Amino acid sequence: MTLELIGVSVLWFFLFGYVIVASIDFGAGFFNAYSLFRGKQHILTRIIQRYLSPVWEVTNVFLVFFFVGIVGFFPKTAYYYGTILLVPASIGVILLAIRGAYYAFTTYGGLTHRRYTYLYGLSGLFIPASLSIVLTISEGGFVNEKQTGIELDYWALFTSPLTWSIVVLSLAAVLYISAVFLTWYANKAQDEPATELLRKYALIWSVPAIVSATGIIVELKDHNPEHYSRLFDLWWMFALSFILFAGTVYLIGKRKAYGVAFGLLTGQFLIAFFAYGISHYPYLLYPYLTIYDSFTNEAMAIALIIAFIAGLGLLLPSLYLLLKLFLFNKDYVQGKRNDHA
Amino acid sequence: MGNEESVFFSRVLTELTLSFHIIYATIGVGIPLMIMIAQWLGIKKQDEHYILMARRWTRGFVITVAVGVVTGTAIGLQLSLLWPNFMELAGNVIALPLFMETFAFFFEAIFLGIYLYTWDRFENQKKHLLLLIPVAIGASFSAVFITIVNAFMNAPQGFDLVNEQLVNINPVLAMFNPAMPTKVAHVLSTAYMTSAFILGSIGAYRILKGSNHIYHKKALFLTMKIGLIFSIATAVIGDFSGKYLAEYQPEKLAAAEWHFETHEGAPLMLYGVLDDGEVKYAIKIPYALSILAHSNPNAEVIGLDQFPEEDIPPLYIHYLFDGMVTIGMWMTLVSLVYVVGVWLKWSFVKTRLYHWLIVFGGPLSMIAIELGWWFAEVGRQPWILRGIMRTEEAATTSGQVDTMLLLFAGLYLILAIGSIVVLTRMYRKNTVEQELADRDLEKEGELR
Repeated sequence: MTLELIGVSVLWFFLFGYVIVASIDFGAGFFNAYSLFRGKQHILTRIIQRYLSPVWEVTNVFLVFFFVGIVGFFPKTAYYYGTILLVPASIGVILLAIRGAYYAFTTYGGLTHRRYTYLYGLSGLFIPASLSIVLTISEGGFVNEKQTGIELDYWALFTSPLTWSIVVLSLAAVLYISAVFLTWYANKAQDEPATELLRKYALIWSVPAIVSATGIIVELKDHNPEHYSRLFDLWWMFALSFILFAGTVYLIGKRKAYGVAFGLLTGQFLIAFFAYGISHYPYLLYPYLTIYDSFTNEAMAIALIIAFIAGLGLLLPSLYLLLKLFLFNKDYVQGKRNDHA
Repeated sequence: MGNEESVFFSRVLTELTLSFHIIYATIGVGIPLMIMIAQWLGIKKQDEHYILMARRWTRGFVITVAVGVVTGTAIGLQLSLLWPNFMELAGNVIALPLFMETFAFFFEAIFLGIYLYTWDRFENQKKHLLLLIPVAIGASFSAVFITIVNAFMNAPQGFDLVNEQLVNINPVLAMFNPAMPTKVAHVLSTAYMTSAFILGSIGAYRILKGSNHIYHKKALFLTMKIGLIFSIATAVIGDFSGKYLAEYQPEKLAAAEWHFETHEGAPLMLYGVLDDGEVKYAIKIPYALSILAHSNPNAEVIGLDQFPEEDIPPLYIHYLFDGMVTIGMWMTLVSLVYVVGVWLKWSFVKTRLYHWLIVFGGPLSMIAIELGWWFAEVGRQPWILRGIMRTEEAATTSGQVDTMLLLFAGLYLILAIGSIVVLTRMYRKNTVEQELADRDLEKEGELR
């Protein structure tokens, strides 16, 4: 395995981590707001708050890790993506900032107004939509290289069906992932009504998630034939991912083994995410940037990988402790303990 | 929008983001240490006041951390969005500490979540205190790594430029650049100092508002002692910083001191105004600049005459520098007199006037932090990477920076208002007296 491949795999893996934990977070915020809107807040709020409170800050770090890491391993991306993403990334980060800060304000600071709950819920949908645009741009066709520099063609971007399909997929996936996870969490908390409600959400959102994912593959056929043919070579990975998807839906439908169901879902997204990533190889941005021509020097790459391994040695035990104390601690999950400062 | 405008707005937006972020970042670095000291004292002395102090500071800390995290994410992204050419170049040499910073931040975030939700969970309070150590270490190391990147911008090394190509890159050498030791030490010690003075000013304010509780007196005395220690440390480090500048960035020192001609036995200019290239109304301390720069009253100090016009930073940094140093000295004095006064039972340190001085000390220290960063950044101009890349070459070519500036300005306004409202409400609603009474009731309930 070349250094380039190690670098991009590590980053892709962390991005996957962000997609999962952030989806749970974004979806939870939306479900919370929706249940308030429908007057069913008493069913969901407690369970969602209990999960989110100790972990919200950790979610953000996955994203920071990804964008700092990609500039470290592939400095040229700073030039290309940095220049073209000024507007979409700024909007994304502003939404993230408002959402994160107001989460803390309401949870720890006692701001309790319906307004904030709605703001929190809706921003959780806009953020994945604005961040997913980066994936669309990476497919090429929206960036022009001019004498003065590179430019993003907003008109082409916002009129492309590909853009909107990816937006729809990101939203459906957020709600689906979140609902499946929270079903499991509510079940662990022995909260019957919440489990039932979230289970229903999970089943509802499974359909648009899989339909929009398939739709994107079809659209790529026109938009980026090269990528499409490489995707097609990996059909077996997508088939495997679909089987795992079917397994999740089956278990949720039968009210069985929610933990396993969430495990299968993680597997489904992991395989699909990596199949997409592998087929994207070697391009970071069609057709300007590949992982080879944008790669950093060898000394830096090795230093980063060593730092990464050392960092992981520190992080994994800490993450384990976090999960053990909150996610897998019965008293905490069932709300018998709070112990907040 | 022409490129000149892009450069201008990129600078304004970066300055705005940094100026806002640094308030929360400074608190975020300093407060965990204060909480740790208070909780440790509480356990050691079996004094519930100190424990409560730690607990109340933690609650406020979480709010500031939240804003620090999101504005930190903003500046992290803005580096690439606004200065893509710089990050493309710098990414090759200085990406390592940036990358390590995310780990430190990760570490801090995980343990903060744990620490926050495990009060009263352990029989042995020391176990809970242990959980705070990674938070404090993570917070301080975030500052260390980010400051290393800034130090690199001032004194780049660890690579060679051959035909505009980077060769012989050594990421570790780049990290341990000459600016690094003094800069890192200065950032850390001023963060601890400022945090202590901010907590002190809150304590003094409560006393002024009529609360006579011993809790506030303990908090005030503790924070003033910590503040004093770190302001002395800051002064010592400041002396080393002067020597670093004289050796590696003489143009920055010369511009800050309005030292125009190279000569021996250079005096230090305090305050004053610049009139047609002539310094007026300044306090002149003979030989002091030579001492600051080289520990020798007769040493030669390089002046601005040694540099071409286009490489000289704006001369107004003199005011930024003087302002920072003046506040630092003033706060050393205020805390020294207070601490000595309490020991020797001088009555005037207990007066309302003196408490007001302490109240203003917190915001003043934060102003000093702002002045210091403006001095550090403007004093490096016209370079973004000293001697290698000029600021105007580094900026984005995108035409929408002005709109982004408005959006971000709105964001910071919302965050500022939100955090101030939340923090004041939090402490107003739940006063120390009330919380202590509540806890006593709780204990009685348990005993019954």
